[in-house]
Amino acid sequence: MWIYEKKLEYPVRVSGCNPNLAKFLIEQYGGSDGELAAALRYLNQRYSIPDSRLKGMMNDIGTEELAHLEMIATMVYKLTKDATPQQLKAAGLGEHYVNHGKDLYYENAGGVPFSVRYIQGKGDPIADLYENIAAEEKARATYQFLIDISDDPMVNDALAFLREREVIHSQRFREGVEILKEAQLHKAYY
Amino acid sequence: MNDTVQAKPQGYYESLFSIQAVEFTLLDLSLYLLTHPMDAAALQQYSQLSQQLKELTRRFEDQFGPLTHRSVGPNPPYGWVATPWPWEV
Ligand SMILES: [Fe+2]
Repeated sequence: MWIYEKKLEYPVRVSGCNPNLAKFLIEQYGGSDGELAAALRYLNQRYSIPDSRLKGMMNDIGTEELAHLEMIATMVYKLTKDATPQQLKAAGLGEHYVNHGKDLYYENAGGVPFSVRYIQGKGDPIADLYENIAAEEKARATYQFLIDISDDPMVNDALAFLREREVIHSQRFREGVEILKEAQLHKAYY
Repeated sequence: MNDTVQAKPQGYYESLFSIQAVEFTLLDLSLYLLTHPMDAAALQQYSQLSQQLKELTRRFEDQFGPLTHRSVGPNPPYGWVATPWPWEV
């Protein structure tokens, strides 16, 4: 089970109302390499992956991705809560507004709804771990693109934190591959 | 319809941030220790910080209200929904 902690993993502050930036950030909410995809991917793979350490990796990183999802949601909420419908429209969020109002929605920056087809579960530990490493690197690249395009240094502070977490997650999954290789060596020689 | 975010009492953000910093370090260390279980310095840092987190959490919750259901306690006004949500602060 999970217990909710009434705080963010890392503080999220914004300089002001900025629906243009919010529209871009939604990519990491419901996009193909976003936090929802990451959380669902790892929490689903954890059941059948061999080795308790790898289960721990999937479980704990999957859980942390939920905390990242909440940070992105907080950014989008804070950047849009005071925007008028006209401002949302000017930012390209008019279609979002007529469908969802001020609610968030699991979609990408282009407004395409989240699809579970973004994620894989191959039932093969090496395939799954390499998928996860690729996913972390794609998420890292997306955070870099968001930082490049953003005009809010306060948002960039939290985005840089999230970018660094993708680096760490990728590192842990790479070590997961080594754990598997070692296990296979032992199988071959003993 | 907008909930107005009330000004936070003195020390709120500082106290929250000190918890976030320590808890984050613990989270990152626990991931690291999955693949480096023999790192004595990391293990020592982990046990030291987990003590520190307990103390910081207790102090924060006494002053600003519960962070989890487990620490709500019997007394309003520090009930679960009496304090702002993370996206409101
Ligand atoms: Fe990640």
